Amino acid sequence: MAGHTYEESKQIALKTIIILAVVTVIEVLIALAGKGHLISGFAPYETAYIGTLNVGKTIMYLLMISMSLYKAYLVIFEFMHMKYEVRGLVRSVLLPTVLLVWAIIAFFMEGDYWRASRAQVEEKNLEQVQEAMQPRGDVIKLEESTDHGDEH
Amino acid sequence: MSAETAVGHDVAHESESQLWEGGKSPFRSSYGKIMMWYFLLSDAFTFAGFLISYGALRFSMETWPVPDFVFSTFPFMGTASAPLLFVSFMTFVLLFSSYTMIRAVQEGKRENKSGVIKWMIYTIIGGATFLGCQAWEWTTLIAKEHMSVTVNPFGTHLASGVYLDDEHGHVYNAGEEAETFQAGHSYLIHKEGGEWIQRRYQITEGPDAGMVKQLEFGPKAFGALFFFITGFHGFHVFSGVIFLLIIALNVASGLYVKRKNGYEMVEKIGLYWHFVDLVWVFVFLVFYLL
Repeated sequence: MAGHTYEESKQIALKTIIILAVVTVIEVLIALAGKGHLISGFAPYETAYIGTLNVGKTIMYLLMISMSLYKAYLVIFEFMHMKYEVRGLVRSVLLPTVLLVWAIIAFFMEGDYWRASRAQVEEKNLEQVQEAMQPRGDVIKLEESTDHGDEH
Repeated sequence: MSAETAVGHDVAHESESQLWEGGKSPFRSSYGKIMMWYFLLSDAFTFAGFLISYGALRFSMETWPVPDFVFSTFPFMGTASAPLLFVSFMTFVLLFSSYTMIRAVQEGKRENKSGVIKWMIYTIIGGATFLGCQAWEWTTLIAKEHMSVTVNPFGTHLASGVYLDDEHGHVYNAGEEAETFQAGHSYLIHKEGGEWIQRRYQITEGPDAGMVKQLEFGPKAFGALFFFITGFHGFHVFSGVIFLLIIALNVASGLYVKRKNGYEMVEKIGLYWHFVDLVWVFVFLVFYLL
């Protein structure tokens, strides 16, 4: 607010809400179009692959995440007037949130590890069924050979 | 010390060291506003914790309910599919209530009592509308689609297949066109007469082709996370509406006119209200868009 007249602030608020609304509409359109709800036959969310990387999905997600971060920036800096506060206040409130970057990386990697573990457990469970058959055959052979040995 | 005198200092002629020597706020802001910021910072960490746990659990699952399938109902439209339409409407309601809030703060700065009341009432209406929408959304999910914190009937097919007739094991609706589905398609397990209808199907593609399976429930965590996180946000909106009501009544009573501090109380509840909108930006992103 500092440095702005009432009319100027009013203009800024109106401009900000319009940008926020437009960005939200674009986000929703990306989510819907990407999954094939808007144009039939166009669904990069499921189809656009390069190797094993789902390019369509990755681009969609990056676009929507960056747009949401931009919306967050507008809400904090314009609506909550962070733009017009002194540097010390801005830093003391916003810098701690940088810690979340590590939290996100660490916990998402942990989640992916859980998924891999679960898949491995499922795989191993199936393996056991086959392995259980195998040693039984060996045991019979062993008994046969010992019987054979007794005869001599 | 009021915000006005703090902000009123000539910034250019005041060095940082003077500000830290006591007597006035180093942040040129009032105590109440600074403390609101720190409360919001701690609240941001709480919400971040919830949303990160959502992410971690989602990463840990092979499949996850697809939002544009789960959230595709709209009031008075029956079973017609309107993906994300209702929740986009809710987002706009909250967004515009943020705009009306900032207008109330601006009217407060110039000590315009009737203006503050007018815009605060719009904000309260916006908040209440959002809560009403959320109540409808929850009612649909709980009563019609039978999702709960422990049961999630929304699943995703891992392989393509065809539904089978429940009694004879034939392709469903024999004589008519077979009911097929692709990998990645979503399904909702219906409940009729207190019984879950877990339809049987035959896989037609991939390594498990030919196997007969029945519909399995989706990741259990989805329901718990959805109700807990949107519920926690909804509770913030609810408390916000209550505080807005109290402060609007105080404005009307002329309490803040006596304080002559540019309706600072309206500014503080404004900060809180924008924060609720800010959190919704991320709840909307992770639950409905991604």
